[in-house]
Amino acid sequence: MNAAGFPLLSLLTFLPLAGALIIMLVRGEEETVASNARWTALWTSLIVFVLSLILWISFDKTTAAFQFEEKLDWLPDFGIGYHLGVDGISVLFVLLATALTPLCILASWESVTSRVREYMIAFLILETMMIGMFVSLDMIMFYIFFEGVLIPMFLIIGIWGGARRVYAAYKFFLYTFLGSVLMLLAIIALWYAAGTTDIPALMQFQVPVAWQPIIFFAFFASFAVKVPMWPVHTWLPDAHVEAPTAGSVILAGVLLKMGGYGFLRFSLPLLPQASADFAPFIFALSVIAVVYTSLVALAQQDMKKLIAYSSVAHMGIVTIGTFTFNQQGLEGALFQMLSHGVVSGALFLCVGVLYDREHTREIARYGGVAKILPAYAIVFMLFTMASVALPGTAGFPGEFLVIVGAWASSPWVALGASTGMVLGAAYMLYLYKRIAFGKITHEHLRGLKDLTAREVVIFAPLIVLTLWMGIYPSSFTSFFSASVAALLQQHEAALSVARLAGIN
Amino acid sequence: MEWKLALPEIALAISALIILVAGVIPKRDTSFGVTMASLGALLLAGGLTLAQGEGSAFGGQYVADSFSTFMKLLAIAGAALGLMLALDWNTKQGIARFEFPILVLLATIGMMVMISANDLMALYMGLELLSLPLYVLAAFHRDSGRATEAGLKYFILGSLASGLLLYGASLVYGFAGTTNFDRLADAFSAQQGISAGVVVGIVFIIAALCFKISAVPFHMWTPDVYEGAPTPVTAFFASAPKVAAVALLTRVLAGPFGDTVAQWQQVIVLVSLLSMVMGAFAALGQRNIKRLMAYSSIGHIGFTLMGLAVGGESGLRGVLVYMAIYLFMNLGTFAVLVAMRRDGRALEGIDDLAGLGRTDPGMALAMAIFMFSMAGVPPMAGFFGKLYVLLPAIEQGFWVLAVVGVLSSVVSAYYYLRVIKVMYFDAPVGAFDARPAAVSVVLAGTGLFTGFMFLFPAPILAAARSAVVAILGAG
Repeated sequence: MNAAGFPLLSLLTFLPLAGALIIMLVRGEEETVASNARWTALWTSLIVFVLSLILWISFDKTTAAFQFEEKLDWLPDFGIGYHLGVDGISVLFVLLATALTPLCILASWESVTSRVREYMIAFLILETMMIGMFVSLDMIMFYIFFEGVLIPMFLIIGIWGGARRVYAAYKFFLYTFLGSVLMLLAIIALWYAAGTTDIPALMQFQVPVAWQPIIFFAFFASFAVKVPMWPVHTWLPDAHVEAPTAGSVILAGVLLKMGGYGFLRFSLPLLPQASADFAPFIFALSVIAVVYTSLVALAQQDMKKLIAYSSVAHMGIVTIGTFTFNQQGLEGALFQMLSHGVVSGALFLCVGVLYDREHTREIARYGGVAKILPAYAIVFMLFTMASVALPGTAGFPGEFLVIVGAWASSPWVALGASTGMVLGAAYMLYLYKRIAFGKITHEHLRGLKDLTAREVVIFAPLIVLTLWMGIYPSSFTSFFSASVAALLQQHEAALSVARLAGIN
Repeated sequence: MEWKLALPEIALAISALIILVAGVIPKRDTSFGVTMASLGALLLAGGLTLAQGEGSAFGGQYVADSFSTFMKLLAIAGAALGLMLALDWNTKQGIARFEFPILVLLATIGMMVMISANDLMALYMGLELLSLPLYVLAAFHRDSGRATEAGLKYFILGSLASGLLLYGASLVYGFAGTTNFDRLADAFSAQQGISAGVVVGIVFIIAALCFKISAVPFHMWTPDVYEGAPTPVTAFFASAPKVAAVALLTRVLAGPFGDTVAQWQQVIVLVSLLSMVMGAFAALGQRNIKRLMAYSSIGHIGFTLMGLAVGGESGLRGVLVYMAIYLFMNLGTFAVLVAMRRDGRALEGIDDLAGLGRTDPGMALAMAIFMFSMAGVPPMAGFFGKLYVLLPAIEQGFWVLAVVGVLSSVVSAYYYLRVIKVMYFDAPVGAFDARPAAVSVVLAGTGLFTGFMFLFPAPILAAARSAVVAILGAG
């Protein structure tokens, strides 16, 4: 059947759902239910993570072909099938999702006290949707998972969020939904043109050049909102600020990657001509995003909002890299997405640590934290450095590769992207300075406890990952090199066919 | 014997009469027994419908094919679920009378005749047999001013629609010389041009049927009637008769008027567009959940008509699949509405659902599934309903319809989300009374269907496909 000998991807996708069903069946006292729900969710997500390590070990890095494939008929009348598989582009995102989910569950261990059962169910369903989205090789299935994410996330923000949670939840849902329905129309149009929704089959299909721009923009509407790109990024700061810590982690860590992944999976290979034609447009939006949101981040008073804006800037780097159409740029974009997933997730967890103790995210309410919480300050500093792309941390290889790639397309774009690095250093260091250094102006902060054992367990894997990605990035880039090369080769081939057709 | 084809209708009619007599004779309240007997009769009719052969009867007035089987089963299911919802409600409202189930049975016979009609006269008879019990049902809570108003309003506007239908039918008869669907189809396919009189007739017929399915611009009665009528009656109104009327519209337009598609297509396109937009925007400001559902049903009908406007095998299949899914998710939603009762008093405000996620997690979960489904969020059934309508729409190049359809579903997502928001994000205002067993059964059934349809879509698709082949083949 596949390299694992059993339907690994189906298992990964639906095991969290089974965990959710088990939690749903738990009955009894509120306390016992909460504790059972926590442990069941943790164990489920850990088992899923361990299973996903099989992907890490037995993934064949030398080929760009889809691996661990599973295929069943689902709606044969319409040419829609149940088709799962991973290639170099998607495999690490699956691992990112499986790795972050148990950490999120641990992070919510004590901070979520009301409706624990529902919370854990929502998180496990969310994990199913995320994994399912990355492993789907059928467009309709992809769409189902892509949209299905909205349901648990809407509830997580709306039920366990902060003061303006309702507004944020609505905004998140409606923005994404609006983009997605347009993508649905594009998917249907592609289905109609090609007679199938199978992604590998579609990659061999040449979408008529006349159609490409409109389909491109329909996909763009969905992915740009999800990434999010300027000017449709405004849902993100609201959603991040209001979501509970773990919700922000998943949002920044995985959900934003769905947009970048969509560009790589659909826009580039299926619509090569339109992607090439509109690359300058994407560059313009991305550079604006990088510079503008960095400046906005400088002015923030709320820690989460600051990191949210920094996410928009970092994702701007990703979209620049994606549309450079060269090996460095694309690998940089992929690496940046992974590193941003780890680093911004970790930063939100850092904010969560302070928020759990002080119940405020306002920067001015802190100061001199390094003297009170030394261990925390070290951890926070590491992730701050990773966020400003200090060499040796996870943030560096991605941004560097993207800038190199962008230089090949246009030095101006590279300049814009590197501005982001400089501004990034400014707002992150300014944030760190205001929180960790200086005099202890708020005396009650002295009573704060440093990292607990649980928090150390949460941060340890993230620290290891951040350093590993920074010091030896090849163990990650080797996963996607072959797939990126194949993608580019196909892109070039498609463009030259179109060029020949244009000449004749 | 060809009359055997109509055995389901005949059996149901005889059962209704027997039950009526059996209900009248005892001196005590017989509503429970009568409801049970009526459910049995519906079950019997459903079984006979499944078993009946295909063919036409009564001089070509009546046709039984896989299309009629599909739609009749939906109508019967809608009626049965509606009856189950009414059982407990009527007792608590003090309107438990044995006539109620019998009226539902009679309306069901009307629906079945409509679905099987193969002649404009049979169509009219079926429609009237459906409508008259519905008028009474709307005003069934006769001491309530709102219910009486609803019944009267529905009666006046319904009669107007019937008049329009008769006028249209007579015009068509006058210009084509027949009322039989098969012969009408032959006449139109042979004719070179379509005379203006026929076009006017068709438009009148469409207008009358649009009234029955409450499509814009013939929707004005819907919110008032939905709000005023007792909730289980509204549940029934919003489900089974709609299915029957959509079936009728589909059969009429695809069958006898199939060759005049150029004349009616633009009308349906316009009605569909207006309904989708109206359903989305008008519901935004509603505070009464029954009015909300009224506008929501208008929007869903707009989506259904998109499939009809597109036509062809896949378009009509979309209509059928959408109707089937709509029927169940709608009845499920109304099951929740029926259970909205605190201290014995029925509630209708959206805000009354506040905190349902805590006070009754099971019902809140079901309601959330229905709301997400109506908004068209995958993997709920409603998404697939929309998908099967959008697929042919784009295939045939109806871009405007498709784009307006999805955008209006984004707008409507706002008010569906509001229900979820009220249930899950707001603080509880107190628990509802224990929900009746029948409501729980309906909730569980429709909830499972809506939530898990994606696992087994093939049987519904296959049934809808063969149903469509039946009418297109006949046309």
